[in-house]
Amino acid sequence: MLTIAKLTIGEAARRRVLWVLVILAALAVSLTAWGVASLLDGARERGLSDLEIKFAVSQVLILIAFMFGFVLVMTAAFFGSPAIATELENGIAQAMLARPLRRSSYLLGRWLGLATVIVVYAAVSGLLAIGVVGVVSGYVPPDPILPVAYLAGQALVLLSLTVLLSTRLTPIAGGAIAVVAYGLAWIAGVLGKIGLALDAPSLVNVSDASRFLLPTDALWQGVVYGLEPSFVINAAEGQFVARTSPFFAASGPPPALLAWTVIWVALVLALAVAQLRRREL
Amino acid sequence: MIRMPRVTLDLPAIEVTDLRKRYGPVEALAGLTMTVGRGEVFGFLGPNGAGKTTTVKLLLGLARPTSGSGKVLGAQLGDLATRRRIGYLPELFRYQPWLKAREVLTLHGELMGLARSRRRPAADEALQIVGLADRAGDIVGRFSKGMQQRLGLGAALLGEPALVILDEPTSALDPVGRVDVRGIVRAAADRGAAVFLNSHLLSEVEQVCNRVAIIDHGRVVASGDLDAVLGQAETVVRVSGLSAADLPAIERFGPPTLEGDLLTIRPMDEAGVPDLVTQLVSMGARIQEVHSGRSSLEQRFLELVARDRPPAGTPSAERLR
Repeated sequence: MLTIAKLTIGEAARRRVLWVLVILAALAVSLTAWGVASLLDGARERGLSDLEIKFAVSQVLILIAFMFGFVLVMTAAFFGSPAIATELENGIAQAMLARPLRRSSYLLGRWLGLATVIVVYAAVSGLLAIGVVGVVSGYVPPDPILPVAYLAGQALVLLSLTVLLSTRLTPIAGGAIAVVAYGLAWIAGVLGKIGLALDAPSLVNVSDASRFLLPTDALWQGVVYGLEPSFVINAAEGQFVARTSPFFAASGPPPALLAWTVIWVALVLALAVAQLRRREL
Repeated sequence: MIRMPRVTLDLPAIEVTDLRKRYGPVEALAGLTMTVGRGEVFGFLGPNGAGKTTTVKLLLGLARPTSGSGKVLGAQLGDLATRRRIGYLPELFRYQPWLKAREVLTLHGELMGLARSRRRPAADEALQIVGLADRAGDIVGRFSKGMQQRLGLGAALLGEPALVILDEPTSALDPVGRVDVRGIVRAAADRGAAVFLNSHLLSEVEQVCNRVAIIDHGRVVASGDLDAVLGQAETVVRVSGLSAADLPAIERFGPPTLEGDLLTIRPMDEAGVPDLVTQLVSMGARIQEVHSGRSSLEQRFLELVARDRPPAGTPSAERLR
């Protein structure tokens, strides 16, 4: 399994995927720094209070995290959806699987290699963005590692789903299904919050079912919660507009949901292994 | 005297019994039975779609048989540990295009469980055998198809496997490469490996194989030593001035048949040709041409495969179009 993981990371490096990611991350972090610096200039000119500035910066950070999370999820889908399908189609996998290599080791090795690339990319660019914003504005989230971990978690969920789909479907089909499912889960999460605020159980049920099927939205709540300053949580809690916003979270995801996310990834990978084992090559 | 156990050496390299494989309604293999001995170069022949690649995939455990059983190097089909001792060149050969040639082979060495210190020397040795020693550091993605097939052949020979399975090993090679492959196959057999050569190139099989099996519609239609499959020698004479009434006089050479001006005696030993010619001339026949020998594998193959198929133009053949 480690042989295949190393090979997969090597592939990302040799095919210049890593360099593209590094350049994109540097670009994103520079733009973020420039944007926050401009915002601070404007805010200070208008004489906004430190608290207001902190609130504004945290909101910008959440929006950046939303965009970055989407990019990460798309990256995971791009990585995962061809991971198995393409190598089976072009014959690279058959040459390796005729060796004493278990199909489970092959699949989990591919997943582990891609997961490593995604987690390192998320950690480096996420922490760099938070650090740069901290230096420019003075605002650093209470626990900067947590939101980055949740962002990476979201991407890993999508990576697992696309790897599963990749054992049966073409890369385009698998990638499209995964991205649409991610979008639907996000919308279901928003509906669930509105349902809670309006006391509409059917909407809440839809959201709960969606979190059970694809737990990305729960992780997104963790990202938002982790980037908010504590005074925002205290001030906004109970307010209707805040409670229904996808960019506000009164609390992080409950531990049960986090545990389910871990179990979900394990189950999806087990299913992927079973699918690949059953497949005639 | 100490008796060394030779159990594994005495077992055949491949032994399958009544192997069947269905893909939905299509029966790819309809009861395949065959044995390939150690150190044997075995030619597995058949037209496209006969079930050759399916057989290879079953032998390697890449697909599972619908029914039947088999052993490869003494272990059940699909046994993981046995694959350490099998080298395989797929019909669709493709290797990581971003790797260098030597890296592909060291990767395969790692996958087959070669010790770390053995991987590089084994890779270099294999590259040397297939004529890619001077391209060891080049990226595979820039290789021509023929070079990639050579690389695949190198992967199949890596670490001196006990069984080498080659699926259409010269499909991308030029005539020089084809000659090289013959030498490589013979060398592998000389060091004791069994070679299972899957091919539709009959000349290739004829030149390197000790035994062959001809497969069609998922069944073996002929198998055995090359001589046995090719049949006995025959003599064909293009002759005029001969009638059916003259045939009993030449029966001592072998059973004769006369069709138009073609006299065929099968079987007939080549050594009798001068006497036959003398006899025919003395009977007043005029000889235009004499051909003696056995049918080529190609003729024999066509005979065997054609037996199963309706001739062109018959209603069932028409329906197929």
